Amino acid sequence: MKAREPRIDTEGPRESGTILELAGVSRFFGDLCVLDRVSLRLARGETKIILGGSGSGKSTLLKILMGLEAPDEGSVYIEGEEITGLSEREMGRIRPKIGMVFQESGLFDSLSVYENVAYRLHELSVPESEIEGRVLKALGFVGLETVVDKFPAEISGGMKRRVALARALISEPDIMLYDEPTAGLDPVTSRRINELIIRLRDTQHVSGIFVTHRLRDAFTLTTEYAEWRNGELRFVQEDGTFCISNTRFVMLHEGKIIFEGPDESLRSSQDPYIRKFLT
Amino acid sequence: MLISPKDAVYEVQELATMAARAFLGAFRRPLYLRDTLVQMDHIGVGSLTIIMLTGFFTGAVLTLQSSAQLRAFGAVGLTGALVAISLVRELGPVLGGLMIAGRVGSGMASELGSMKVTEQINAMRALGTDPIKKLVVPRVFATITMLPLLTIVADVVGVVGGLAVAVFVLQINASLYLNSAWDALDYSDLLGGLLKPVVFGATVAIVSCYCGMRTHGGTQGVGRSTTQAVVISSVLILVFNLFLTHLILTYAT
Repeated sequence: MKAREPRIDTEGPRESGTILELAGVSRFFGDLCVLDRVSLRLARGETKIILGGSGSGKSTLLKILMGLEAPDEGSVYIEGEEITGLSEREMGRIRPKIGMVFQESGLFDSLSVYENVAYRLHELSVPESEIEGRVLKALGFVGLETVVDKFPAEISGGMKRRVALARALISEPDIMLYDEPTAGLDPVTSRRINELIIRLRDTQHVSGIFVTHRLRDAFTLTTEYAEWRNGELRFVQEDGTFCISNTRFVMLHEGKIIFEGPDESLRSSQDPYIRKFLT
Repeated sequence: MLISPKDAVYEVQELATMAARAFLGAFRRPLYLRDTLVQMDHIGVGSLTIIMLTGFFTGAVLTLQSSAQLRAFGAVGLTGALVAISLVRELGPVLGGLMIAGRVGSGMASELGSMKVTEQINAMRALGTDPIKKLVVPRVFATITMLPLLTIVADVVGVVGGLAVAVFVLQINASLYLNSAWDALDYSDLLGGLLKPVVFGATVAIVSCYCGMRTHGGTQGVGRSTTQAVVISSVLILVFNLFLTHLILTYAT
C-alpha cells in the first residue's frame, strides 16, 4: 500500500502550540468518579473526537473545558492560561475564545433565531448595523438565512443545531466544542452538520473537540476533508495517498482515557472495550 | 422527602451565596435595565388584578367580621380603624406577599427551571453572560420595588372594599368609617407596612430564583422546583412576618 501522507500538517503542540490542555482532571459526583485524572492536549487547528458510551464522562469533560463545571482535581489551560478557579466574571473574558454547541442546542426559546445568533453581540453593545451583517453571515454559513424571524419552537431539530452552531461562531472563536451535535438527527441532517464542522476545521482552521458515540459521524470527520476547487467547496474522501492527520480519536471509558490516536490505530486496537464499541 | 442536616446547611449556604452575588451584581455593569423594566412590568402591572381582588375581598370580609364583634361592645364606629390597621400592618403585606409568591415566584422558578434543564443557562454562561446578573438581579430588584407598591394598592383597595360593605351592607356612615381608619394609622404603621413587603419581595425572588437555578431532572424537576419555590417562600413570609412584627412593635412604636 502506498505510504499515506498528511494532507493538513499539524504536528501537534510542539509546532503549532497547545491551545487547550487538561492536566490530571478528576470529577466526582458524590462517590462516583466521572473523570479520573484525565489529561488531554489540543493543538491549534487540531480536532479531537471523544468517543465513549453513555455516562463515560464526555459531556462533563466538555463542561469542564468550558468552565461550566469546576474539576475536583487537576487544571485546565486555555491558550496557556489556567482557568481552574476563575470566577464567573473572569471566565467572561475567556469564553469568547470558545464556542460550544450543546446536545439539545440550548437555544433561548423566548428569542427569535436572529436574536439568538445576535445574543453575544447585543451583550457587547455592538451597533445594530454591524450585528445584522454578522448575523446574516453566520446564518449564511449554516444555510439558514431564511429563518431569521422564526422562533426555536418553529424550526426542526437539525435547524436548531445549525442555529446553535451559527450562534457559537458569531464571536469567531478559536476553539469549538461540540456536544453530540448530531444526536437524534436523521442521516441527511447529520451529514449536513458534519460537513459544516469539516468546513470549519479545514477552511477556517478552527480547533475542535467533537463528543459523540456515533461512529458513523466520527469516521466522517476522520475520512473526509473540505477544499475549495474552482470557487466551489467540495468534500473529498481521503484515499491511499494521504490521510487527515489533524483529527484524532480519544476513547473514554469509565472516566479514563483508554485510547488516543488516529483512526487507523483505533480500528486496529485490540482493547476489548474498543473492539466491542466498534462493532 | 426529608433531607439530611448537612444537605440543609449546604442548601442554605448556596442560597446565601446566590443572594450575595445578586446584591453585589446589582451595582456592577452591565445593569440590564431593559430586563429589569420588563420584570417590573410583569410583576407590578401583571399582578395588579390579583392584588386588587385580594385587597378588596379581604377588606370586605374583615369589615363584616370585625363589625359583628365590635357591635357587641357598641363600638361599631371603630370598624374602619380595625380594618385599616389590620390591612396596613399585617394583611396587606402578608397576603400580597403570599399572592406574589404564588403568581410570580412560581413563574420565576418554572421559567428558570425550564432554562436550566434545556441547557439555556449553560448556553448563556458559554456566551459570556453571568446568569445571576442577567436573570436573577432584574427579578430580585423588580420584586423588591414592586411588592411595596402593590401592597399600597392592596391596602387602599382593601379599605375601599371595607367601606363598600360598611356603607351598603352594614349601613355605617362613610365619613365615620373613613375618619376612624385615618385616625387609627400613624407613621410607624406605614413604615412597618412598607418594610415588610421589601423583605417579602426579596425572599420570594431569591428563593424562587434559587429553586429555578438548581433544577434538575427534566420536566418533573421543573414541577418540583416550582412547588418548592411557592412553599418555601410562603412559609418564610409567615416566619419573617412574626419577627418583623416583633421588631416593629418593639422599636418603631
